[in-house]
Amino acid sequence: MHEIDADWRRVSPKYVVVEVVGSLIGMVVFVGAALVVFFLWQQQWALWAAIAIAVASIIGIALEPRRVRSIQYRLREDDLLFRRGIMFQRQVAVPYGRMQLVDITRGPVARALGLADLKFVTAAAATAVTVPGLPMEEADRLRDELVALAETRRAGL
Amino acid sequence: MSAPARPAAVTNLADGEWHRLHPASPLLRGGLVFIAVLGFVIANLRERAIDLFLVVFAPDAERFGGNGGQSGDEWANDPVGAIVMNGLVGWALLGLVVLIIAVIVGFWLSWRMHTFRVTPEAVEVRSGILFRSHRSARLDRIQGINVNRPLFARLFGTAKLEVSVAGQSANVQLSYLGSALADGLRADVLRLASGARAERAATQAAAVNAPGATSADPSTQPTEPAQSAGPTHRAEPAELPAAPSRSAAAGAPLTARAGGLVTHRVDEFLAPELDPDLAPPESVVHLPLGRVIGSTLLGGSTIWAIVLVAIIVVGVTSGQPWVLFSFVPAAIGLVSYMWSRITKSLRYSIAGTPDGVRIGHGLLSTGNQTIPPGRIHAIEATQWVFWRPFGWWSVRINVAGQSVSASNEAAQRTLVLPVGTAADVHRVLGLLLPDAAAEVAPFVSAGLTGRGEGGGYSSTPRRAAWLRPFSWRRIGWAAAAGVALIRSGALLRSLTLVPLARMQSVAVSVGPVDRALDLAGIRLHTVTGPVNAMLPVVDRSEAMRLFERLSEEAVERAASDTTHHWGVAARADETTGAAEAGHAADTAPAAPEAPNRERPTDEPPEGPVR
Repeated sequence: MHEIDADWRRVSPKYVVVEVVGSLIGMVVFVGAALVVFFLWQQQWALWAAIAIAVASIIGIALEPRRVRSIQYRLREDDLLFRRGIMFQRQVAVPYGRMQLVDITRGPVARALGLADLKFVTAAAATAVTVPGLPMEEADRLRDELVALAETRRAGL
Repeated sequence: MSAPARPAAVTNLADGEWHRLHPASPLLRGGLVFIAVLGFVIANLRERAIDLFLVVFAPDAERFGGNGGQSGDEWANDPVGAIVMNGLVGWALLGLVVLIIAVIVGFWLSWRMHTFRVTPEAVEVRSGILFRSHRSARLDRIQGINVNRPLFARLFGTAKLEVSVAGQSANVQLSYLGSALADGLRADVLRLASGARAERAATQAAAVNAPGATSADPSTQPTEPAQSAGPTHRAEPAELPAAPSRSAAAGAPLTARAGGLVTHRVDEFLAPELDPDLAPPESVVHLPLGRVIGSTLLGGSTIWAIVLVAIIVVGVTSGQPWVLFSFVPAAIGLVSYMWSRITKSLRYSIAGTPDGVRIGHGLLSTGNQTIPPGRIHAIEATQWVFWRPFGWWSVRINVAGQSVSASNEAAQRTLVLPVGTAADVHRVLGLLLPDAAAEVAPFVSAGLTGRGEGGGYSSTPRRAAWLRPFSWRRIGWAAAAGVALIRSGALLRSLTLVPLARMQSVAVSVGPVDRALDLAGIRLHTVTGPVNAMLPVVDRSEAMRLFERLSEEAVERAASDTTHHWGVAARADETTGAAEAGHAADTAPAAPEAPNRERPTDEPPEGPVR
């Protein structure tokens, strides 16, 4: 089994690509819709909206590397720490014994890059701990590790 | 399944064999509608039926109607007459008989095929005629047991037992059982679930062997007179063919049984919801009728009622009749909600039993709910601003297996105290948190009404007023005996308690405004329910300290928590006390048989139940 360590681990830097592609698709759709409105109906505001959306998206994309760097997790002795966010920071501590299941999901872009998302599910819906952008083998190993840790520290509901 | 392994059974239902439900179950579940329809049809056809008898048995008599059967539309207008005219009486009667037989056979089959068993591991139910279903609930996952008695079921002397487990709509229902059997079975299931089984068996075996008793099998012992009087009352169903009480009942004179049945039914109907044998005699909280009505009228729904009435009045006076159609249904819904709140709060009771907190309520349709220890994930006492002059509070809890939806029944189950004084809140908290009550109690008063520093609560820095202008003074937290207390709210005062042993996770969040003010928010994640444990603003460095403390303590408390197997720890000393303190009155006259009765203190003798 993998060693329990006290260091913060980062997700793969390649995850930036996944986020950027997602942002770009969103940007293209919304800017395209606004431009269609502008060219078909000659609505001036639609052009401004398109520009605003594009600027906001580009700023978001520029910040993406920092946002991805802010996604960190740490396996402590008895619980998993997870934190993310630069503007809205959030840090969660989940005892291993509370784990109900671990879910690994892969989107199309992430799969092309060999990445996967790992979701840690407890009995509380609000826990919402999803570690995105893990390399596939890392995600599998982390899953097995978490399951093993949860087994040894099983608690009631 | 050796005999000493189940010495404490109140009923014979929890013996691991398949049993059937009350024979009236199909009738109560769906048949009442059928009977109502039948009654309606018969009432409407009564006059026609009299005519029919004339026609059938005196064909020469004057024909009614007089327009002989020639057109098809008289089938629509007067099918009965048409049948008679066309000489189809025999066929019609045959069809009726076949229909009735089919219904009876259907009921009988559904009763035959609907079986349940209670094993040491699980409660299982098999049902369905064509599509069979088999559902089982693991005993160590039981989150609560509800015994409901809708009005009709009460008239039949039956009750519905529902075993709720974590998970959406994963409950196992036993509807319906004999009323007393349901109570007994609940006690048995809770006893099995408590993990006391092995423990109890060992101590009982020792107790049996000590006096040198020969037999530990309850069914072979001679029945005492006091006991046989009980079963005679419940002589109606034969769902337990082999039950020893039945054989005792058979010996009693028939008239005594009939009279006993009636009085027993009346007793049962008038009996308080909480069984005096199962729980301490009185509820720790008494809800006066005035308070129930007053609190409902002063509740949030009143505002809506006033708004609705205003809209309707304005609409009608300004000649807009559509307002009537669109808002009157809403008003009716609101009134019915308030009414149901009042009736459900009537005869409210809450009491601690060895197997958890029992909450009973209801006037005509009654129900009670048993929450075993270690199943409560969060508690919140709230006081709305209109309730403040009266010092009223209501208490809600989060338990696993409650859906998010605000359905009436779910809301009812999470509402532990509909309305009560601060002293009531103290008493209810004492029941809900039996282990921590003493340590938590000093913090509760300060948590309910206090503000600012003091009373053991942390203080919130003044700059938090930018985010929480009204309530920042009240916001604070405290921790005692593994319970985190969060105080907040000015208009809607609230005190949230989270047992850390059952907290799922904890999160600290910092938004841009928070960071500018050097503040943070902390949220304690529990299973879904009406209670949200959140400390909205707190000094940032303090938030990090609190986060560390909570996450550490959650792990510690979870590891040392044994409340979900409450019986193993708690029963050891209790069982030793059972022999002398327990059923002194019951067992004393029959001293030599006392070890054979083997009844625990917390479960009722079979006869005089309720």
